[in-house]
Amino acid sequence: MSKDTPDPRRRRLSVLASAPAHRLQALWAELGAAPDYTLIRAPEIGAAMVRGRAGVTGAAFNLGEITVTRCSVELSDGAVGHGYVQGRDKNAALIAALADALAESGEAARVEAGLIAPLVAEAEAHTRDRAAKTAATKVEFFTVAREAGG
Amino acid sequence: MYVAVKGGKRAIENAHALLAEDRRGDRHVAELSVPQIREQLKLAVSRVMAEGSLFDPDLAALAIKQARGDLIEAVFLIRAYRTTLPRFGASRPVDTDAMVCDRRISATFKDLPGGQVLGPTFDYTHRLLDFALAAEGEAATEAPRDETAAGGMPHVTTILAHEDLVQPEPSGSGTPRDLTREPLEFPAGRPLRLQSLARGDEGFVLSMAYSTQRGYGRNHPFVAELRVGRVPVEMDIPELGFAIEIGEIELTECETVNQFVGSKSEPPQFTRGYGLVLGHAERKAISMALVDRALRWQELGEDDTGAPAQDEEFVLSHADNVQATGFLEHIKLPHYVDFQSELELIRKLRREAREGGIKEAAE
Repeated sequence: MSKDTPDPRRRRLSVLASAPAHRLQALWAELGAAPDYTLIRAPEIGAAMVRGRAGVTGAAFNLGEITVTRCSVELSDGAVGHGYVQGRDKNAALIAALADALAESGEAARVEAGLIAPLVAEAEAHTRDRAAKTAATKVEFFTVAREAGG
Repeated sequence: MYVAVKGGKRAIENAHALLAEDRRGDRHVAELSVPQIREQLKLAVSRVMAEGSLFDPDLAALAIKQARGDLIEAVFLIRAYRTTLPRFGASRPVDTDAMVCDRRISATFKDLPGGQVLGPTFDYTHRLLDFALAAEGEAATEAPRDETAAGGMPHVTTILAHEDLVQPEPSGSGTPRDLTREPLEFPAGRPLRLQSLARGDEGFVLSMAYSTQRGYGRNHPFVAELRVGRVPVEMDIPELGFAIEIGEIELTECETVNQFVGSKSEPPQFTRGYGLVLGHAERKAISMALVDRALRWQELGEDDTGAPAQDEEFVLSHADNVQATGFLEHIKLPHYVDFQSELELIRKLRREAREGGIKEAAE
C-alpha cells in the first residue's frame, strides 16, 4: 500500500481484496451485520493483467494475469459499496462490497474494528513470522585471516 | 488435412472413463487433494501459473491433478480457462523494490544492503535422495527464527547506477502491446519479448540461455540479483476513481549485469538483462534474463552472430509450449485422407519407375 495515500477507503478495499476468504467470512459473520441491499453488479469472476517493468525501472510489459472477483451493492440508505477480491470466491466479493457499503453508510468504525483491523493484524503476524524465518537464513560472512608468513 | 471421422464416440467415452480411473490410480492409496498439490508441489504450481500466464494457485493445482502431473497439459488447461474470463483491467507496473523477500541473493556483491538471504533453497543441498520423506508421519519441524528487524533491500543495479556503471533502462510510454490480444508481429520489441519469455516454456528458455553461455551469442552475465517474494498488485478502479490493491502475488526476479558497451562519446557501462516470472521459478527467471540480454544485441550495437538466442523471431515463435504442443500433437490425429493421396502417389511413382525400368531395359 502506498504510504502517500492514507485514504481509508483505499486501505479498506485493499485489505479486503487480499484477505483469506474463510477469515473474511468468519469475521463478517461475527460482525453480525445483515444490511438490506440490492446488487448493482452481481459477483463476477474475471482477470486483471499484471504488468512489470523491464529492468525494474524501464518500459512496462505484460507479465500475466491474476483472477479477480468483483461485486457492487447498494444499501437501502443509498450507500454504494464495491468489492474486488483476488481469486474466484463470489461470496468473498459480496462480503467485501457489503462491508464497503456499510462503511460508506456511516459505520466505518464498526467495519474497521470488526473486519479491517483483525485482518490487518493477521496479515502482519503472518508476514512477521515469515520474515523471522527468512532472516534466519541470512548469510553472516566472516573472513578467515591469513596467518602472518603463511 | 485432417477430416472429421465419425464412429469413435463409444471408444472415446470409454477412453475418458479409463483415463479417469488411471488418474485415480490404486484405490488402496489415498487420493491426492487439490490443497495438497497447492501446498506440497508448490514449484510445479508455480510453473503452471507462469506458463499458463495466470496467477491462481488453486486453479493451477487443480489443473495439475486433472492433467495427472503433465505440466504442459496443465498449462493448456489454464490457458483454456483464462480465455473464458472477462478482463477487468491492467495493473500498475508492480514495484519489486517493495517486494517482501523470501529469498534475495547477489553473485556480484558479498556485502550489500539487506544482505544475502538464502530462503527456502535447494542450493547447497547434496542432491541425495532423502528416504526420510518416504516414511509416513514425519515429525513437524519448524524452521528457526531470527527476530531482529531486517532493513530494506534496494536493487543491486540501483547501487551500480549511482556510479553510472550500468546502463539506465530506457523508459517506455503508453500501453504495452499484449500478445494474448493481437497476433505477434516482428520486430516485436522488448515488452512483447519479455511477455513471451515470461510465459514461455521453461525448458526452451533454459536451453536458449544455456546456448548463450556455451558461446552462441555469448553475453558474459553476472547475476546481480535474484529475488523471490511477494508484491501487491495495484489497479485503477474506474467506479472508485482511485487505485486499490486487488491482491498479492509471488514473483521471481533476476537482474543480470553483462559486459560493457561504450563508444567514443560514452564511457563503458555494464549492460543488463531482466527476468520476471510469476511464482517461485529461479531457473526460469535467470534463463529469461540471459535470453532478454541476448535479444538486445541490435539496441546495444552488437554484431548479429547468427546465434539462435539472438533471433527474436526464432525465440518468440518457439517459446510457447501450448502452441508447440498443439501443432506437434495434431499429427497423431486422423490424417486418413492425406495419407491416402500420398499412398496413391507413391504407388503411381513406383509403377512409373518400374515401367520406365522395363522400357530402358528393352531399349
